[in-house]
Amino acid sequence: MLGIGLLQGLAVTARNLIGSFHDPKRFVTTQYPEERTKLPEAYRNFPFLVAENATDPMGTLRCVACQICEKECPPQCIYIEKSKDKKPDANGKMQIYPAIFAIDTAVCMSCQICVEVCPFDAIKMDQVFEFAATDRFNGLVLDRVQLAKPNSYFHGIHPTEAAEVDGRLAAARKAAEEKARLAAAAKAAPKPPPAPKVDPPAE
Amino acid sequence: MNVPDLQALASVPGPAIRAVHDEFHGDLLEVSMGPHHPSTHGVFRMIVTLDGETVVKLKPVFGYLHRNHEKIGENTSYLASMPYTDRLDYFCSMTNNWAYALAVEKLAGQAVPDRAEYVRVILAELTRLLNHTCLAGFLLQDGGASGTPLMYAFREREKILDLFESLSGSRMMCNFQRFGGCRVDPDPAWLAAARTLADGYGRFLDEFERLLTGNEILMARTQGIGRLSPALAVGAGVTGPILRASGVDYDLRKVDGYGAYPRLKFRVPLGDHGDTYDRYMIRVLEMRESISLLQQALADLPAGPIMDPKAKLRGFRPKAGEAYGRIEGPKGEIGFYLISEGGPNPYRYRVRPPSLINLTILEDLCLGHSIADAVVILGSIDIVLGEVDR
Repeated sequence: MLGIGLLQGLAVTARNLIGSFHDPKRFVTTQYPEERTKLPEAYRNFPFLVAENATDPMGTLRCVACQICEKECPPQCIYIEKSKDKKPDANGKMQIYPAIFAIDTAVCMSCQICVEVCPFDAIKMDQVFEFAATDRFNGLVLDRVQLAKPNSYFHGIHPTEAAEVDGRLAAARKAAEEKARLAAAAKAAPKPPPAPKVDPPAE
Repeated sequence: MNVPDLQALASVPGPAIRAVHDEFHGDLLEVSMGPHHPSTHGVFRMIVTLDGETVVKLKPVFGYLHRNHEKIGENTSYLASMPYTDRLDYFCSMTNNWAYALAVEKLAGQAVPDRAEYVRVILAELTRLLNHTCLAGFLLQDGGASGTPLMYAFREREKILDLFESLSGSRMMCNFQRFGGCRVDPDPAWLAAARTLADGYGRFLDEFERLLTGNEILMARTQGIGRLSPALAVGAGVTGPILRASGVDYDLRKVDGYGAYPRLKFRVPLGDHGDTYDRYMIRVLEMRESISLLQQALADLPAGPIMDPKAKLRGFRPKAGEAYGRIEGPKGEIGFYLISEGGPNPYRYRVRPPSLINLTILEDLCLGHSIADAVVILGSIDIVLGEVDR
């Protein structure tokens, strides 16, 4: 009979209307900004620079200004200038550091490729999305002071990834210390002829 | 009345157009629909010549959203093109990623582990569910059912987008596939959530069909409207659900048998009439098959690595050669053609966009129908302007 399909459809909408008042699972509106939905751990929007130490972020940036992210960035939103001098990094090795590190968040497309190509785990994705600014250049182009955030912050937003990164870095540090210790021991030891062979430590 | 040069228009070969100036019937009217018309799905423009309300000529105009996608692809590294492919058809970033990854994998001879193949199938079928659900909603919106079906569709889409977000970090711009696997390995919690969604989606489809499939107004607006003959569909290179709605059995998942599809059981629904109603119905039936594919892929998901250990992320330079990778995207055959000269970026990067090629038949479908039907027909073709204009 003509109209049966229409009536069936109306029954569906009626059920949905009533359900939307009674089914707590369907109260989906979040009263932002008073309430916030919990972001998933994987959520990403703009990059930040990881610093080892919260009290001295500029001195303990993991970034060594290798410029790989600058080259790989698809929309070319990263700008880096290398420092002239060197500073010791977390492993005690002398490294150059970024004298200028700027990310234009108005251009950034949040693709995470800088994070993936970084060999030093120095750049990670942030979860701050409230970025409104009245001036495009002063408000949205972030320099290294604004970008630097401590490792503890990284642990707060991406706990799984941060734990994995810390484990990897700690293993690398231990291997480097072991290597340095063995090298020092080999240097200090008197050299009886023939010179003993020092096996390179397994990495 | 300011009428453009319709004498010239009328002389264009095609279906008979009566004289422009006719004392009895009045003049033909040329209307520019779009690019800011809400029913044109973005910035698409149709220059429609009307005889009363009947379409006698339709000229699609596109390019308003041109973003130089292919040239950018030739100037950036292979990896850096991946996030740009998300922005082609922003409903189906997962399948775009897959098609591009497939092309590069072919070019470089890169193997893909089994687990990644299954994860890709899961994500592609989720994308198909998402795309077809939204398409049905938009089609009804175009037909005048303002809101209800579209909101129901978006409610379900939200669940799939939440899954994408918790896996890849972004709802629409997933940037998930890599050459030789996937970026993230889905954890058991995610897989359980996907399973719950796949199991519950059939119930939503039942509800959606109760709302729409038997609806007399929908039938009146779509049945017999915009018939596409199989000959024209094949001749114009139309692919995807539109082609199958015309009764041509051509599904790349069966024809090419890429990924894990040969190991999964599914049927390919075919239409009889090739009209708008068939194009709607095909999508509903395809969604049912997608649910079964999802359940199978989730059940069979093998353990193992998600990335090939030999896969390279940085300094990726495939040897000189060319490759064409294509998959059955929700809208049709999405393909990427790459020519490498051994450098870090492709010499030529070409996209075969299903939306654009399916759009070329729009005039043939609309002739003789009223202007309101042209809107519904456009809705049933399922275009995304990001992909049409690139």
